[in-house]
Amino acid sequence: MNNEPVVSLENATVEFETEGSLLNPFGEPDVVRAVNDVSLEIGDREIVTLIGESGCGKSTLGRTAIGVQKPTAGSVSYRGQDIWEARTGGDTEISYSEIRPALQMIHQDPGSALNPNQRIVTSLSLPLRRWQPELGRPERMERIHALFERVGMQPAEDFLNRYPHQLSGGEKQRAVLVRSLLLNPDLILADEAISALDVSLRVEMMDLMLELQELFDTSYLFISHDLSNARYIAEKSDGRIAVMYLGRIVEVGTVDEIIDNPQHPYTKALRWATPNLYGDDDGQPPIRTIDVPDPTALPVGCNFHPRCPNARELCEERSPPEIAASDDGHPCRCFRADEEHEYWDSSPVSKDSDDAVAVGGDQQ
Amino acid sequence: MSDPIFEVRNLDVSFAGSRGTSRVVRDVDLDVYREETLGIVGESGSGKSMLASALLNAVVEPGTTTGSVTYRPPDGPAVSVLELSEQELRRFRWEEIAMVFQGAMSSFNPVMRIRRHFRETLQDHNRNIEAGLERAESLLESVYLDPDRVLDAYPHELSGGMKQRALIALSLLLEPQVIVMDEPTAALDLLMQRSIVSLLEELQATHDLTIVFITHDLPLLTKLADRLTVMYAFQLIETATVDTILYDAAHPYTRALLSATPDLDVAVDEMHAIDGTKPDPVEAIAGCSYHPRCPLADEQCVRTEPPSTNHSEHHTASCFHHERAPAAVPIRGDDLEEADR
Repeated sequence: MNNEPVVSLENATVEFETEGSLLNPFGEPDVVRAVNDVSLEIGDREIVTLIGESGCGKSTLGRTAIGVQKPTAGSVSYRGQDIWEARTGGDTEISYSEIRPALQMIHQDPGSALNPNQRIVTSLSLPLRRWQPELGRPERMERIHALFERVGMQPAEDFLNRYPHQLSGGEKQRAVLVRSLLLNPDLILADEAISALDVSLRVEMMDLMLELQELFDTSYLFISHDLSNARYIAEKSDGRIAVMYLGRIVEVGTVDEIIDNPQHPYTKALRWATPNLYGDDDGQPPIRTIDVPDPTALPVGCNFHPRCPNARELCEERSPPEIAASDDGHPCRCFRADEEHEYWDSSPVSKDSDDAVAVGGDQQ
Repeated sequence: MSDPIFEVRNLDVSFAGSRGTSRVVRDVDLDVYREETLGIVGESGSGKSMLASALLNAVVEPGTTTGSVTYRPPDGPAVSVLELSEQELRRFRWEEIAMVFQGAMSSFNPVMRIRRHFRETLQDHNRNIEAGLERAESLLESVYLDPDRVLDAYPHELSGGMKQRALIALSLLLEPQVIVMDEPTAALDLLMQRSIVSLLEELQATHDLTIVFITHDLPLLTKLADRLTVMYAFQLIETATVDTILYDAAHPYTRALLSATPDLDVAVDEMHAIDGTKPDPVEAIAGCSYHPRCPLADEQCVRTEPPSTNHSEHHTASCFHHERAPAAVPIRGDDLEEADR
């Protein structure tokens, strides 16, 4: 181990090309930039939560961070070692066989992450047999049993001998969590890992993840579309929240910075969209259009300007760089974070803007 | 409150399976009032979707539905829904009551343009096609869709949120009195969910709709519903207005559910998971179905099933120990109410 962060992304970009269609096989392919020039570090025992709408690139960014998706530009490193350099077999300081088991993943749907034809115990033994072949069967079983009891699946023997369909959604998710922890990883990517659970079970699952983090000194990259879950797990662990929109991280900071002092209008819209139990209805949506633009034809200037209630002419021309918020200094990709920016002299793009009023529609 | 448009009495749905008979809706009594939004909230597997199907007499074979469901149209005689013939049911569904299911993705035929879905619906119900399609266009506009683009599109050309809104427009095409929505926003992003909820409020006012909205998402329901009914283990355990539930919930389960809900405005250490696990549908629990998880459970709860009792007008709950529930299971509404006084 060294002092480098567990994982660091530097200017990582991931592009996907659509294949030519049947009728026009040689046509220009559409290019989707799912991740656009993202830099992010995840430290030891840190929880970073990534939130955004579906299609914003958060899963692709997560997969890039654990080294299963190769960035088309930029780099991703594990403790300072470029993952893809190690993977392609260079003579590297940290070998790929050390990196792979250290970066694990839990999927959204635990039902499809477990082989339906194998008992739970078989699915859970596989990673240990692959990465720690020196362990004998009794030691493997002992580890699996101990962890199963730890996550409240008691008696472990009984649960381990079942097939996936004999477990409830919450139990399957625990089994998958145990599997990801068996190799004692440094980082677990939890991609919408609690979204499929009932609202009433989510706190329980997040508490369990936090408990295990204490025990194993793991970091999490926790992806969610739900701000209230992201805030819960980030606040309980002093973690950070990163807000993603169309491939870019538009705002990142601590819970206080993001929840109590959001700078980006998109973060504010997400906060509006998160219903709370007590409190007034907050009226009309603070966005001008409901639908996300086509990712193959992104708007010029700031990606968010067609939906932004605060858009001004400058936003249609220039994409905002990372700006430190004038009050607490957390980074944000919106001109408004800078109180003295020329944005404030630019004129609003529509009569609706600046007032955060009525939703326009696609027809605008 | 207005008169009931739906009266449900002693409703039971059961399925015979290899491990025994499962009663997936148990002895439900419920009134749905005209032009209200009623929220039915419960965990997955609590029987809420079955209750919705039973309202339309749409429980699939081999399920059996017993009890009575009475529908009272604004004019004309009352309809006993469980006694309708197939023919009558086909007219009743969509023209009187429309249903929107979770997963708009699978509600549209993938090889048909959206326009044909609207057209066929009009044809099947012997409506004037031209007038109907005009109505379709204005409905699509009211859910912020571009009618020309959407009607000419195949389902796969629309995003999930656009499909769900097109489905809401389609469900309103024949001007139903009631719309029953089962997790209509579950697969969508929060921003889309909230936008759709705002839309529903507008549509309800414009079309004088009665809405029954079913979900496990309690916070979302509180933004939309007038009244809530809480389902646990296939029974309705508490029914009241949204404010009564939030500030004065009487059932320990309702209170536990409120404090287990992630909420941006609540301190993180005030949120608690509910102890225990939900019951198996096949195992019959003697007494109160919540007793294995309830901090207040005693001998009586294990032996006897608590009856539904009135706490105030329009507030019923099934718990012997409701007086002690506020002390045993505190909720955030307790402090808020005191602060208001």
